[in-house]
Amino acid sequence: MEQFPAVKRTKDGQPIQYLIVDDSVFARKNLGRIIESFGGQVAGEAGDGLTAITEYDRLKPDIVLMDITMPQMEGIEAAEKIVQKDPGARVVMVSSVGYQENIVAALQRGARHFVQKPVKPEVLYEVIKYVLGEDGAVACAAAAGV
Amino acid sequence: MVPLPALPQQGFNMKMELIQPFINAADAILSQGLNSPIAVGNLTMEEEAYRRKGIAAMVQLTGDIGGRIIFDLAPNTAARIASNFAGTEIPESDDLVREAVCELANQIIGNAIATLNDQGFRFRVHPPELHTSEHGPKSTEHIEALVLCFETQSGNIFMNIALDYHPSMKQAAGTPA
Repeated sequence: MEQFPAVKRTKDGQPIQYLIVDDSVFARKNLGRIIESFGGQVAGEAGDGLTAITEYDRLKPDIVLMDITMPQMEGIEAAEKIVQKDPGARVVMVSSVGYQENIVAALQRGARHFVQKPVKPEVLYEVIKYVLGEDGAVACAAAAGV
Repeated sequence: MVPLPALPQQGFNMKMELIQPFINAADAILSQGLNSPIAVGNLTMEEEAYRRKGIAAMVQLTGDIGGRIIFDLAPNTAARIASNFAGTEIPESDDLVREAVCELANQIIGNAIATLNDQGFRFRVHPPELHTSEHGPKSTEHIEALVLCFETQSGNIFMNIALDYHPSMKQAAGTPA
């Protein structure tokens, strides 16, 4: 898999911590591999919206990657509950059901961005940098050992 | 846009504008994930009850038109495709192969439903489930089942689409908002 210049936390230079929420183990593993190619770390995983809320409270990750269609509680509702508790939470929806109404609903309820499945690593990389803003810094090639 | 495959000669009532997005989504996702072109075989009507061929994932649809779609692959094809998508070898016996079939179904059907929703139809897609029974329900007066075959270098992928095409819903399907 292509390696990208690492994105680190600006405040302490540590890897970005991600919570991956998807009911598919296969999708979570693939997203994990993509995140690692950005220099990030998987802080935790959840297979449904309810578990995502608990895991967010416990782990306080820098970014949540959230699927929409899941059992028990869907991703848009979980994103809303996470953002209600922590308005600074950065939730990026990652879903195959990327129609306009769904995207608008997700953004209105607190998600910061929407990435359509199948995930293209170069697209997710740009979204991550955009969502982090000044809280994320791209390591220069020499420092990253590229 | 992928050209439509040959249509069955008789008894075909399903609206092609409902089917085309599934063909396009499967073509885009499979050719990207497998890094090779795919061919779409003929459409066939499934007259008899559905018989599972290998590892199958089923996705339920609700909304303007209800129904279900089943993705069905021979076990060795499923393992090759899962390995391609994962970028690493996955043995046929690994549970990840079944997970990969479910996720593939989720992505293809999700993309197709997104297109249909943007066209004005209202569908809701439910999480994929492994379809483990050997048989499925037969087509009825209101439920038409179509089978599409996607020919890939890793083997054939069958998509069995059964839509609950109740007469009261035909009008809604024909007149998207």
